Parts: sequence; structure tokens; C-alpha cells
Amino acid sequence: MRIVNLLRLAFRAIKRNKMRAFLTMLGIIIGVAAVIAMVAIGQGSKQSIQSQLSGMGSNMLVIRPNSNIQGGARLDNTTVQTLTEPDVTALEKNAQYITAVSPQVSSRGQVINGPNNWTTNIQGVSPDFLKIRSWPLQDGENFTEQDIKTAAKVCLIGQTIITNLFPDGSDPLGKTIRFKNIPFKIIGILSKKGENTFGQDQDDVILAPVTTVQKRILATIYYQTIFASAIDEKSTDKAVDEITNILRASHKLPQGTDDDFTVRSQAELISTFTATSQILTILLAVIAGISLIVGGIGIMNIMYVSVTERTKEIGLRMSIGARGIDILMQFLVEAVLISVTGGLIGVAFGIAATKLVTMFLHWPTLITQSSVILSFMVCFITGVFFGYYPALKASRLDPIEALRYE
Amino acid sequence: MSSIIVDIKNLHREFKMGEETVKALNGVSFTISKGEFVTIMGSSGSGKTTLLNILGCLDKPDSGTYLLDGTDVNKLSKTQLAGYRNKKLGFVFQSYNLLARTSALENVELPLMYNKDFSAKERKEKALKALDAVSLSKRIHHLPNQLSGGQQQRVAIARALVNDPVMILADEATGNLDSRTSYEIMMLVQELNQVEGKTIVFVTHEPDIASFSKRTITLKDGKIIRDAVNTNAQSAKEVLASLPPIDEEITNTVT
Repeated sequence: MRIVNLLRLAFRAIKRNKMRAFLTMLGIIIGVAAVIAMVAIGQGSKQSIQSQLSGMGSNMLVIRPNSNIQGGARLDNTTVQTLTEPDVTALEKNAQYITAVSPQVSSRGQVINGPNNWTTNIQGVSPDFLKIRSWPLQDGENFTEQDIKTAAKVCLIGQTIITNLFPDGSDPLGKTIRFKNIPFKIIGILSKKGENTFGQDQDDVILAPVTTVQKRILATIYYQTIFASAIDEKSTDKAVDEITNILRASHKLPQGTDDDFTVRSQAELISTFTATSQILTILLAVIAGISLIVGGIGIMNIMYVSVTERTKEIGLRMSIGARGIDILMQFLVEAVLISVTGGLIGVAFGIAATKLVTMFLHWPTLITQSSVILSFMVCFITGVFFGYYPALKASRLDPIEALRYE
Repeated sequence: MSSIIVDIKNLHREFKMGEETVKALNGVSFTISKGEFVTIMGSSGSGKTTLLNILGCLDKPDSGTYLLDGTDVNKLSKTQLAGYRNKKLGFVFQSYNLLARTSALENVELPLMYNKDFSAKERKEKALKALDAVSLSKRIHHLPNQLSGGQQQRVAIARALVNDPVMILADEATGNLDSRTSYEIMMLVQELNQVEGKTIVFVTHEPDIASFSKRTITLKDGKIIRDAVNTNAQSAKEVLASLPPIDEEITNTVT
């Protein structure tokens, strides 16, 4: 029998049992809609994490003190103080794969402007910090190497600070604010950066020369973090190795001992997050896939009923010349038509559900072409797989017995 | 092509019913020539259904030969048999076996759907011709449940005719019909046999129906006990004319 006739036959058989066909499809519809929506949510969060990470400065390398064993006690990395000025100097002098280095120390405390106050973070950095974080100034000027040398009481402020300390909307540039009773002159305003991946407000920050924070606030010679920028994204791995070598030399670590610092690149962070959301996507897809299998079993069930119901029709068709393959194809096409129709409706529902999630929950979503095509293919395969056995059963009926079936 | 359509020699067919072996056919031999109208008679269990299944290429004998239109059917595979049924045979069943919710026209087209040689246009033409031959040209778009029993059986006969078979096999084709409608169907069958020259094999257990055929083969316990030519076959048309006329109103409600 020609495929056009088979399709017409299957279409008519489905039309005859609309409600039953719809209920059978429902399993597939829910399955496919779930696959599309879940993968879209998974992909969406993956993409948003990636874009946020690259917004942080994709060539950025972060060096932190490592947890270390001193006198038998393993110390956590806030207490360990290994990064100092000679490290930064050594990196600036010797490293070939990095373009900028900035130490960082931070302190939390209250900042006051007249009657307004706000508790925030002050970070001591070098002028290169803005370049490393790819963070342009909105207004004013960056501080200079000279300010570092003199531990000048100048600062750059983030947008959140302005909202809280200058609620009247006056221009903060040139004004003086006090952090822990030390006056800082505002010489620059940072552009808005928004929240980072962890939901922290990145604009809630005051940047000051590293020496100012070290000497005037913390009274320490150590750095908490050193930021560096690799010359390009491809050379981040080389830069990591280079930094490790330079710092080991600078710290005079003998061969065979552990590093007392860690170097992290964004590539590592990105791949960590990507892997995490990849696992999430796979999990979601597996759950959705299971519902597709359940839908497929529904199809198989209904096809069995259909074959039994139409035993006499099968007998008649065989007696007037239908070959086994004709009967097989008749039921297979019917099963595939049910699953593919269900799949199409499911794709529509899945896209609609995804849009609703974005609209009402404001979750980032991304409908990929591949997830639509894949779930559609899976539908087709489900139809063939679960429709095949009942169809085979139909095709192997004995025409004599089938004709006599009541 | 020879004028012998069916050539059966020493046909045996056994069925195992638990421990017992039932010899449904036990050495049956006969030939049917082109243009014959044969009835196969016998009580239930005589083997006539088994014989019909073999004649219809739905079953194969355990031993013996069956040549249908010159071909040894025993040597064909299942798929080839299906193709052979499609091209050489026409079936008419007791319970009509029309596809429900499918128009008369499409029911008649059905055998041609399984034959790739026919286009949609040719199928329709042939089906219309077959429906015309059973005088149902005016009801081609009716569904089976909109037709009377007699009309449904006519559709079934049209379906058996549509592929120009070498032989039409009817299995108790009048079994579900009242006697008047049965005579109408027999009239149609006789017409097909006499005017169109169709070879017809008609299985029945009613001697009344057998009296319309030219030859009757009687089976008992898997053997032929009588194979006689009906010298004075009745004409269904005449029998029908001799019946008392029915009220117009009744006819209208029936059809």
C-alpha cells in the first residue's frame, strides 16, 4: 500500500477514536513539553552564568593564599597570610603572559556622608584593577601609582554607595566621605555592574589605593587576593603556570612541597559552572525522557487494544490480499502519527510554558533548535519503537482465525 | 490459459485437537472449469470450511496438490499467497465484513489498494463499475450502517468483483439474510455467472440455495460423497417473481 493511503488510513482510524487518541497523545504531549521547557530552563541558566562570568573579565586570574599546615594545624585561607608586595613586584617584572596585576585587600565597615550612613566593603586595589575587571569609570578619574605610594585618601565609589549616601541626587564627585573615621575624597564613580552570579551586588563597593587600606585601616602588610589579567583568553593556562612558578620562587618553596596559594582562571570557573548546569540539564532531560517512555507505553497499550479490536478487519484485509508488511505498516504508521502529532502539540506547549516561565518567574530560558528537533525525533522513535510490537502482532495474525474473531 | 480454474488432487488436511487428530479433509479431488457455478454442501464438521480456506489460499493442505489457474499454490510463500489472493480471488462472507464507517465506494476499492498497479483514478473507475454491476450506483457514498443487509452483501460482492478474479468464493453468503433477500442475492450471483461468465464457488448448508447452482459437491467427514450436475437448476429470478408481492411501505422501511 502506498504511504499516502497508509497515512489516510491512520488519520481516519485516529479520527474515529478522537478522545482515545488524544488521551494517548497526552502522555507524549506532556513528555515533550517537559523536555522542551526543562532543557530551555537549563540552557538559559547556563547561558546567563556564562555571560556573567565573561562580564567579570574573561581573562581574569585570581590568586589566593592556600590553606596551609602550620605546626600541624591546617589553617583556612583567611588566616593564612602569604601574599605580599614582593609577589606583585615579581609578577609585574617577570611574567610574560599577564598584562596587569592588582593586589586586593578589603575591609567591612560603616561609611558616612553627613547624616547618611551605609555599611559596605572598602577594597584596596591598584589602578590596574579596573582594567582587569573590565570595569569602566562613569565619571571622574582613576587613582594613580602616585596615590599608591603616598597612601592617598582618595576613592572610587559604586552606584549603590551613591544611592545610599547621596539620596538627594547631588553630584558625589569631589565630596569627602568617611570610612571608619578616615576621610576619603571621591575622585571617580564606577559604572553600574549589577549583581554577580551569586546574587551579590557588585556596585556596593568603595575602591581605594591598596596601601591606604593596608596602612590606614587594616594595619597589615599582606594581601588577601591578587588579581591578574592574562594577555588573551587562550593563554590563561600558560599564565597560570607562569604565575605558579614565579610565586613559588618568590615564596622560596622547595621542590615537592605544596603551593601555599591557588591560581584560578575564569576558564576554570566557567567550565565548573558549565559542568554543573550541564549535569542539571541532563538530569532534567532524563526526567523528561522518562515521561516520554511512559507516554510510549501508553501508545503501545492503545495499539494493542486497537489491534485486538480490529482483528476481524485485519482478517478481511488479509483475505483480500494485504500482505503482512501492509498490516504492519498500517498499524505502525498509526502509532507514529499519534506520537508525532502528540510531539507537535508538545513542542507548542513546551515553548508556551517556557515563555510563561520567563514572563512570570523571570528565569532565564533558552529554547535551542536542537532540543526541539531532538524531542521530535525521540517522538518519532517512540512511535516506531512502541508501535512496532503491536503492529508485528497484527501482521502475524492468521487470516482464518482473524476472520472468525468476534 | 487453460479453462480449468481449480484442479485439486487427493487433498488431505488434519487438525490436532489435543490428543485427537481430526481429519478435516481426507483425500478430496475435483476440478472446476471456467464459468462454472458450484455449490459445496455439507453439514457442519464435514470439512467444507477447511476446503474453502484452502481454495481461498488462506490455508495450505498437508498433502495433495492444488492448482489455481495453473499455479501450484502449495509452493507459494505467505506473501506471494497474499498477492495471489489479491489478484485471483474474490471473497464474499456470511457477515459481509465491510469496513465500518467507510463508504461503499471505499469498501469496494479496498482490494485494489493492495495492488500497486492501480492509480487512484483507475481504482475509482473500477469500483464504480463493480458497484454498477450490483445495481448500487446510487448508494456509493453510503456507509455500511446506512445500508440494508442485502445491500451490504451487494457491496461485498462488488468488492469481490472489483479485481476481476478468476473465481469468486462465497461462504454462506446468504446465511444472514431473509429468504426474499437471499433470492435477490442468488439472482445477482446467477446473473454474474451466466452473463459475465464468472466462476463461482458457493459454500452453503441450505439445499434450497444449492438448487440455484449448476453443480453441487457434497462433503461428509472430509470426503466427497456426491458430485452431481444440476440438470434442472432453478432460476432465482423466476422464484422471486413467484413470491407474493410485498407492500410498498414495508419495502421502503427495509431499504
